[in-house]
Amino acid sequence: MLALTMTAPALAMDPQPYAVVGDTIPLSLTGGRGDPAKGRSIVATRTQGLCLLCHSGPIPEERLQGTLAPNLAGAGSRSTEGQLRLRIVDASRVNPDTIMPPYYRTDGLERVSKSFAGKPILTAEEIEDVVAYLLTLREAP
Amino acid sequence: MSRQGLVALACLWIAGLAGLVSWGGQAAEIPLQDRQSGYQLMTPETRAMQDDDAANPGMLWVLDGEALWQRKDGRANLSCADCHGDARQSMKGVAARYPAVDPGLQKPVDLEQRIEMCRTEKQQAPPLRAEGKDLLALAAYVARQSKGMPIAVVEDDHTRPFISAGREIYERRQGQLNLSCANCHDDNSGKRLAGSPIPQAHPTGYPLYRLEWQTLGSLQRRLRNCLVGMRAEPYAPGAPEYAELELYLMWRARGMPMEAPGVRP
Ligand code: HEC
Ligand code: HEC
Repeated sequence: MLALTMTAPALAMDPQPYAVVGDTIPLSLTGGRGDPAKGRSIVATRTQGLCLLCHSGPIPEERLQGTLAPNLAGAGSRSTEGQLRLRIVDASRVNPDTIMPPYYRTDGLERVSKSFAGKPILTAEEIEDVVAYLLTLREAP
Repeated sequence: MSRQGLVALACLWIAGLAGLVSWGGQAAEIPLQDRQSGYQLMTPETRAMQDDDAANPGMLWVLDGEALWQRKDGRANLSCADCHGDARQSMKGVAARYPAVDPGLQKPVDLEQRIEMCRTEKQQAPPLRAEGKDLLALAAYVARQSKGMPIAVVEDDHTRPFISAGREIYERRQGQLNLSCANCHDDNSGKRLAGSPIPQAHPTGYPLYRLEWQTLGSLQRRLRNCLVGMRAEPYAPGAPEYAELELYLMWRARGMPMEAPGVRP
């Protein structure tokens, strides 16, 4: 099934269509492989990935990490690539009550500030980078 | 459309509604006995700064406010003291019951808005600048007269609709991050957002001195900061949503002691 977002006219920043199969998005959003080094830097950057606001992770140079969510260490052995991709694209498809923001969804959001309106939090490319990085995290904390 | 199609659509619709309801339902209100002020999460040094009048930077605004209280102003050439006398008596407990529903306007006004109303209507002076030094000083001076007193906002026929409106905003997901106030302050208070412990959002100390701001700020400023953090469009300054949120927050903190002028990291 294609996500409903896709019916909107495609603007440059609009999320592109993707297919959800079970609890996964099996195919890369860009068709290519992400870069784990870039992914690490997105996860570590508080204003870009925002991940460490809530999660802790094996990124020792970032001292201020969150405790609202599971430690990201071992994320790559707990989930498959497709599961990680859906989780980041739209975690509410995995857990409807989740507080994890939908990184690649622009519909169904209320009162988004003007500077972010209509834009997903991360681009397709950035999400592939993050997925590639998470897949390298094999060891639990 | 086929009958099956319609049924499928109806199911989607109901599933959608159920989704919305469970978002709201997720937030569990904090039991009264488990409430704690943001003060409790602070380091001993920051607490000591709040507790000691000589070290609390908010006291500078209180002193300014004391002077402004006596200053005649406006076309009426009246000071606050001309109408209200000695604030230490007349303003005791007042801030603890604000925002209050104004009988004329039929909507809640917060302490700063009430001060502005006195200024423009009674003193017949131009309004003070929102979040400016003078308005904050007067608010801090008035709020100081309630220090240690229990928050006394009550739910009655006048306040109930506005408390509900505030609660509805508090529990609604907003912004690009799709978070509600309750997601952080009810469901995750005490945990750390990046390095900062999340307080329960009790507005006991406002206006307060925030070390990060390096100045005194109002509760509206705090709410605006949280909205910006959620990547939600902040309400316009003075919008009714702020007074409703403030009223809900004060009601939620009913009975807790007033701390203004508080200090926060
Ligand atoms: C506002 C909070 C928040 C933010 C920001 C956030 N997450 Fe999450 N995340 C959660 C929560 C809470 C869970 C636990 C499961 C649930 O409740 O849905 C979770 C679960 C996960 C999981 C699955 C659990 C595991 O480790 O096995 C992964 C992977 C994950 N997040 C990655 C990320 C990445 C990568 C980012 C940034 C691009 C991010 N999260 C940003 C709150 C957040
Ligand atoms: C993503 C988490 C998050 C969300 C969502 C959030 N806040 Fe906050 N809030 C915080 C944190 C963290 C603080 C502590 C100050 C800081 O570190 O910036 C805070 C502080 C506060 C305070 C001050 C408490 C004190 O002790 O002085 C109030 C009041 C408040 N928030 C209300 C709200 C309201 C109302 C909303 C929704 C419109 C909201 N917050 C949304 C994280 C959040």
